[in-house]
Formats: sequence, structure tokens, C-alpha cells
Amino acid sequence: MSPGFRTGAREAFGVPAAVLGAGFIGYGSLAQDAGYSVWLTLTASVAIWALPGQLVLLEMQGSDAALVATLLAVSLSAARFLPMTLTLIPLLRQTHPRPPVLHLLFAAQLISMTTWAVSMRRFNDLDVSQRRSYFMGFSAVCIGVAAVCALVGQLLIGALPPLARYGLALLTPLYFFVTLVGEARDRSAFAALACGAVFALLFQLWMPDWSLLAAGFIGGSIAWWIQRHALKH
Amino acid sequence: MPSSTELWIGVLLCAAATYAWRGLGVLLSGRLNPGSALFQWVSCVAYALVAGLIARIIVMPSGLLSQTALADRLLTCVVALLAYRLARRNMFAGLLAGVVFFVGAGALRAQFF
Repeated sequence: MSPGFRTGAREAFGVPAAVLGAGFIGYGSLAQDAGYSVWLTLTASVAIWALPGQLVLLEMQGSDAALVATLLAVSLSAARFLPMTLTLIPLLRQTHPRPPVLHLLFAAQLISMTTWAVSMRRFNDLDVSQRRSYFMGFSAVCIGVAAVCALVGQLLIGALPPLARYGLALLTPLYFFVTLVGEARDRSAFAALACGAVFALLFQLWMPDWSLLAAGFIGGSIAWWIQRHALKH
Repeated sequence: MPSSTELWIGVLLCAAATYAWRGLGVLLSGRLNPGSALFQWVSCVAYALVAGLIARIIVMPSGLLSQTALADRLLTCVVALLAYRLARRNMFAGLLAGVVFFVGAGALRAQFF
């Protein structure tokens, strides 16, 4: 095991893995409620590896939404991976010799909000040759903890009394609520939150399959306009 | 509720759709500017979409949560956010306070209403 891998793995244990774990325990319990098998929960967690997208999928499957609408909504929620990958991959590529493109395509699958944010910060003071193994170690722990926690959530919910079951089911939505509202910094972010929420609820009454897409497009565009407007002044 | 096959198809297609952005990012890295206005718009849209998702789950949930009271879910959000802020942005304090409040409110309802 290279020292970079060990450093990454060690740094992932602690707050990053614990916060991620809380989100995935709740996800496992919601997956159980939606009729997922244990294998499907594990596959979704590792293969999609984006909790917001996984939650969009669960929610839309639960309300029997059209597959096209579901795919579009999940895809849109994952579009942020394009700029994230664009910024992270060049930092992994500066080694001599350059890493094979297959390695980079594999690394791209491991990117999540947590692994991206921490790596972008840590890469500054890591030697270029250590970056890839650091990223691998950090990601391996994050994905492992997430998968185990999803399983725990899925198995736990059946064993709990009804009231505690509701608490577990609310865990992941609450986690996102606190992250989104607690971390919103500027007017543009608050506009995106407020418009996204209002339009999702309005469209939910009118055309539920498309409510999340509408919320994203309308709320996001308004927030973007405010952001650009603020920049000019 | 969708069949097991439909659930699997949904997961696999969504995994492919998510990976498409990641793979594209690798192939286009160095050739696209991640700070461009287009990407700022994309991240605003994804952000608002997730906000809409959470609003929908909290206000009009399906499944288990649909058996709980709307007032309890809304108050739980307030409690969790306050605890998070009071504990200097500690996620665990927020989640713990929220879940304890939610379960407690549900227990009181079952007892008295």
C-alpha cells in the first residue's frame, strides 16, 4: 500500500465518512421502503455513487413516474459532475509518465461531492506523485463506509418500532435540508432553494412526473440570473 | 409499486446517465473551461432540483413518511437547523436533535390524539 493511499484512507475515516454514513443509513431505509433488495441498494450506491441522484430515483420510482422523466431528472442532478471532473482530472494527470486514460475513467467514477471537495483542497500540498493514490485511498473508505451504512439502514428499519422507523426515513431528507439551507451563503443560493422548493410543489399538483425538472430549470435559471446580475455590480 | 425488474432497470440506466457526465469530463478536460457561464448555470439548476426534491419529500412524501404529520416534519426541519447552527455547524447535532424531536412528536401524537 503506498503512503498516499494510507494517508487518504486515514483522512477519510472521521468526519467525512461519518457524515456520509448518516446520509447512507437513511438512504438504505428509504430503499427498503421502496422495495429494493439488498443487492439493488448496494449496486445503486456504488454504481450511481451520487446520493442526490439516488434519492431522486427512489422518490420518482416510488411515485411511479415515467422512466424518461426519471432519467432526465437524475441526469440533470448529476450534471455537476462534468465541471467537477473537468477540474479534478487535470490535477491527477500531471505525473510522468501520464496515467493511462482508463485509470482516469475509473477515478472519475469515484468522484463525489465529498471526495471532490476534500481532494481539491488537499492536492495543493500533496506531491503530484501521491495525488492519485491519496484520492484512491480516500474514495475507497468513503465508498466502503457508504455501502456498509446503506446496508445497516436497510436491515435496521425492519427491526425498529414504527415511530423510530419514521425517524430513520426522515434522516436523509433532513441531512440534505440542513446542508442546503445551513450552507447557503448568498442571495443566489437562497433564490435557488426557494424557487426550487416552490416550483417543485406547484408542479407536483399539476404534472408530478416533471415537477423536479421544472423546479431545477426554473429555480436554477432564476438563481443563475441573480448571480450574474450581482457580479456586474 | 414498480416490479423488481423495473427497479433494476431504473438503477442501471441512472448509473449510466450519471457516469456519462463523469466520462465526458475526463475526455474533455483541458479543452473546456469549468468556470464558464454554462457550467455556473448547470450547477444552479442541479442545486435547485435537489432543493425541489427535498421540499417534495418533506411536504408531500410518498411511502413511510406519508404516515407522519406535515407539521411534525416542518418543525423537525426548523429544530435540526437551529441545533446545527447552535452547535457551530455540527451536522450530527442537527440530525440528532431533528430525529429525536420527530420521534418524540410522533410519540406524543400517538398518545394524545
